[in-house]
Amino acid sequence: METFIQLSINGLSNGAILALAALGFVLIYKATGVINFAQGEFLLIAGFVIWFVLVEVGLPWFAGIGVAVLVGIALGLVIERLVLRPMVGEPVISVIMVTIGLAAVLGSIVQIIWGTRPRPFPDFIPAGSVELFGATVAQNRLWAIGIVAVALVGFAVFYTRSRDGVAMRAVADDQQAALAQGISGRRTFGLAWALAGISAVFGGALVANLIGVSGGISSFGLLVFPVVILGRLDSVPGAVVGGAIIGLLSSYTGGYVGGGLETVIPYMALLAILLVKPYGLFGQVRIERV
Amino acid sequence: MGTATGVYHTSYRADLALRHTRAEYLRLGLALCAVVAVPFLVSPYWLTIVNQIGIAVIGAIGLNILVGFTGLISLGQGGFLAVGAYTSALLAAKAGFPFPLDVACAVLATAAMGTLFGLPALRLKGLYLAIATLASQQIILWVVTHWDVVTGGTSALLVPPAQLFGWQIAGDMTWYWVIALCAGAATLAATNLMRTGLGRAFVAIRDHDVAAEVIGVDPFRYKLLAFLVSSAFVGLAGALTARYNLIVTWERFTLDVSILYLAMIIVGGLGSVSGAIYGAAFMIAVPVWIEELSRNLSGLAFLQDDMPAIQQLIFGLTIVLFLIFEPRGLARIWQRMKDYFRLWPFRY
Repeated sequence: METFIQLSINGLSNGAILALAALGFVLIYKATGVINFAQGEFLLIAGFVIWFVLVEVGLPWFAGIGVAVLVGIALGLVIERLVLRPMVGEPVISVIMVTIGLAAVLGSIVQIIWGTRPRPFPDFIPAGSVELFGATVAQNRLWAIGIVAVALVGFAVFYTRSRDGVAMRAVADDQQAALAQGISGRRTFGLAWALAGISAVFGGALVANLIGVSGGISSFGLLVFPVVILGRLDSVPGAVVGGAIIGLLSSYTGGYVGGGLETVIPYMALLAILLVKPYGLFGQVRIERV
Repeated sequence: MGTATGVYHTSYRADLALRHTRAEYLRLGLALCAVVAVPFLVSPYWLTIVNQIGIAVIGAIGLNILVGFTGLISLGQGGFLAVGAYTSALLAAKAGFPFPLDVACAVLATAAMGTLFGLPALRLKGLYLAIATLASQQIILWVVTHWDVVTGGTSALLVPPAQLFGWQIAGDMTWYWVIALCAGAATLAATNLMRTGLGRAFVAIRDHDVAAEVIGVDPFRYKLLAFLVSSAFVGLAGALTARYNLIVTWERFTLDVSILYLAMIIVGGLGSVSGAIYGAAFMIAVPVWIEELSRNLSGLAFLQDDMPAIQQLIFGLTIVLFLIFEPRGLARIWQRMKDYFRLWPFRY
């Protein structure tokens, strides 16, 4: 029972972080139809920027988050304007490859600036451990779940309450109709990338907090794909549930089966889902099939 | 390959010919001369690079059949290369298969594996398929690194030197001829494939799958055939990698390799056999060339420490810039150069 609770908390916290990373991915896909392979590098850059501001410059943590948010927004906007806008109307393979190329560029820039040496991430959330239902659970994992919950609620409020949020949903729902209503497509596309940059800041900080600041953060980003396929590429609640499922699945597999199977089980789940229910667990049938 | 003023073939034979004009025969002759001359002109170090390019050409042609001609995006290239390399290496090292036989078995095994992992393509396309093949890549690589009893896990697998009729194939020079022969055969096979009903069915599915089905091209069958044919080429490339390097390690078959091969066919030109050749040469030679440049120019010596990162940066920039400015790749640039000189001094 103890192990079970520990594994569940670990799985849920990993899943929460995955959900946050997947959120940035889903935001971009929903609004622009682009599948962003550079999401892992967004997390990586956010992690390194926060580490740099906190440790090298020595500012307090909210300054670190603030700088990282600014960097994330700038990065999203620049990439949307310079790289993705010329790609509008190009075949899927080109759009996929351009974000893969982008991932290589961003990853190498980080490497040129900060090198490849992994660094410990400063404790910006309490480390320690607490007793929960008779099991010892790392405190930072609970904090991670809490922070993700707050961030997701924040995004949900933005989406349902703010003018821009509603405009983004309109564009995602029907681009032509939204443009006819006078919503600016360019503004919405830029906004989607900027929001993805912001969500990457929180995701990056939490991943870095768990595994340290290193290139490993960007490989964590690859796990976004099982999550979004499970939940559906364009569904925000789907990303949350998908994150939880993948997190728990790999945590239980690691705890009860072991042997490294936990690293590959998300992809097996992905393939199985694609073969059986290609539109995700919650999606309506809209996928194009031949 | 349309010219500015149209095509004037008067018979089906002429229409189907691989080469139409005297200039094309001349260029073919020049290219053959270059292939014969290369090993005598380059340094021993560059000969190993040329051999790698030759192997990559086979793999890139295979991937281009799948991605460029049939329009099925695959991120599983690295995994399929691994299947070819490990099959050939294991058959040669543990079962003692003689040289061409293990390669042939590797080709068959990879074709079978490719067809198996191509099954999701029957229900998916576009980015869903890309993600499915990404999963295939991760699963194949995981099996390779964790099936210790057979593959040796993460440790390297040694391969005995290849022998053909009691004559040992060793050294870069000998291997150059073997690889050049295989690459030439692969080029010829792929070029001819595109003239057959099979190749045209692939192109029909790429251009419009529903229309293809309406005119009697069964997408199920031809999508699987595309995976099968493509993986056979990739298996050959994988097997040659194993036999040429005499060692197989899992690091050669990661997701990065899948991306490298996709970059080759994008830079070279999607849906073009010659494009796959240009792309493979470009993507393998440029990083080496950059490294040599920075080593030889004292002003650039400070770049040495960051070399892997700089190579990666240029790799990424190449992909992004080609996609933005010349999505049809080097093959298209070459075509435009030829047109320019053919029509000179007129613009069109």
